[in-house]
Amino acid sequence: MRKMGWKELPPGAINPWAGNFMEVKTGSFRGGLKPVFHEEHCIHCLFCWVFCPDNAIIVKEGKMVGINYDYCKGCGICTVECPTSPKSLTMEKEELQL
Amino acid sequence: MAERRILNGNAAIAEAIRQINPDVVAAYPITPSTAIVEYIAKFVADGLMTTEFVTPESEHSAMSMCIGSSAAGARVFTATASQGLALMFEMLYIASSLRLPIVAGIANRALSAPINIHGDHSDTMGARDSGWIQIYSENSQEAYDNVIQAFRIGEHRDVSTPVMVGMDGFILSHAVQDMLVEEDDKVKAFVRERNPLYSILDVDNPITVGPIDFTDYYFEHKRSQFVGMENAPEVILEVAEEFKKEFGREYGFFELYKMDDAEVAIVLLGSTAGTAKEVVDELREKGRKVGLVKIRVYRPFPAKELADVLSNLKAVAALDRAASPGAVGGPLFTDLRASLYEYEKRPIIVDYIYGLGGRDIAPKHIAEVYERLEKIAATGERGELIGYINLRE
Ligand code: SF4
Ligand code: SF4
Repeated sequence: MRKMGWKELPPGAINPWAGNFMEVKTGSFRGGLKPVFHEEHCIHCLFCWVFCPDNAIIVKEGKMVGINYDYCKGCGICTVECPTSPKSLTMEKEELQL
Repeated sequence: MAERRILNGNAAIAEAIRQINPDVVAAYPITPSTAIVEYIAKFVADGLMTTEFVTPESEHSAMSMCIGSSAAGARVFTATASQGLALMFEMLYIASSLRLPIVAGIANRALSAPINIHGDHSDTMGARDSGWIQIYSENSQEAYDNVIQAFRIGEHRDVSTPVMVGMDGFILSHAVQDMLVEEDDKVKAFVRERNPLYSILDVDNPITVGPIDFTDYYFEHKRSQFVGMENAPEVILEVAEEFKKEFGREYGFFELYKMDDAEVAIVLLGSTAGTAKEVVDELREKGRKVGLVKIRVYRPFPAKELADVLSNLKAVAALDRAASPGAVGGPLFTDLRASLYEYEKRPIIVDYIYGLGGRDIAPKHIAEVYERLEKIAATGERGELIGYINLRE
């Protein structure tokens, strides 16, 4: 992404590009653990979607369908909040992408 | 017609604010600026102002409210002094970097410890790097005139920078002066309406105010902030010109007093200028070529303009009513000396720290400084770089 020079910036350090955090791929924050979705146990309560602090739970037609690893920070909140037993979301090891 | 009134500095500033009737005043009382806030509270209670007057629990909160209101597009005023300004420190930087033209009236007062409520410039000098424009006043009239101009300067879209107007605590804030209060309508017309750069209430153009920057953008945002300060000098002079046309009183970056053929000069800011003018008059009667430069605008510092005036002199003394322990000298001195560095021909310059905690400075003290400057001019020998006026050994 090209970075703007100081003369191009809007005054007062305001951010006028509503929603531009989509450009920041927070998936790079993950530190070796990622949530893995087990569809067979899922009851589609969407707690994971509500609690996910980013934009990483993919929902289609009211149903949880998977995780967007471009944005998932690997915080693990979804796996804690998931109410099913066994869990429909579990944290698992992944290779660090450096 | 302008009205002749007998007002102290606090009342003078409050009068200006009554006439300007800002959208929001958020302030916490602290000596010696308390009366500004008390007068405003009374004006609001008496229905003379429609201002949203907020009384928060601290100066930090007061400045925070000013920031929020100003980011919403409101015209905002606050008043404080000393420890109160110090408590605002964190928020001062936020106000300036968000380019919010808040106006603050400061009754300059010493900083603790020891606790002292009297006048010196330690409070605003401590905030000199905060990105606020700083204007100092010699008397009640100037405090009134400077506050009126401060709104126009800060709110100019090319500037969009907060402004603090200083007046010496007690010496000005509590001493009455015969002065002119202009007509309400004329003052209102002069300050116009604020036309903000942005507003958080503009729902058609959603923005985030104060987001986080990492190493990739903070520096660029800081650099772009400085543009307001860089544009300020031109606007300060424009506003002064218009003020003179409307109200007849003349202002600039500084005032020159008997400087035309002066060989030595004192440079200072604030109420001591009044005392120094008396001394200059007396010495001039005896044929001595002494002059005075009273700085009005300290930030942005009028470096080139001052150096142009001072470079041909033989000796100059900066009078600092604030100390900067461990620095080369007081804040005014270091700025002044750095400004003169550009010039091959420049005067010998010395610094005096004076008046801390309200310590008196009498005509005889100023006369002694002129005497020393004349000696330096005659011998070319500077002696001590930093002196202290009216201090017991
Ligand atoms: S781990 Fe955190 S960021 Fe990733 S999907 Fe779960 S809640 Fe969202
Ligand atoms: S919280 Fe668990 S059960 Fe509920 S939708 Fe998310 S994965 Fe499915």
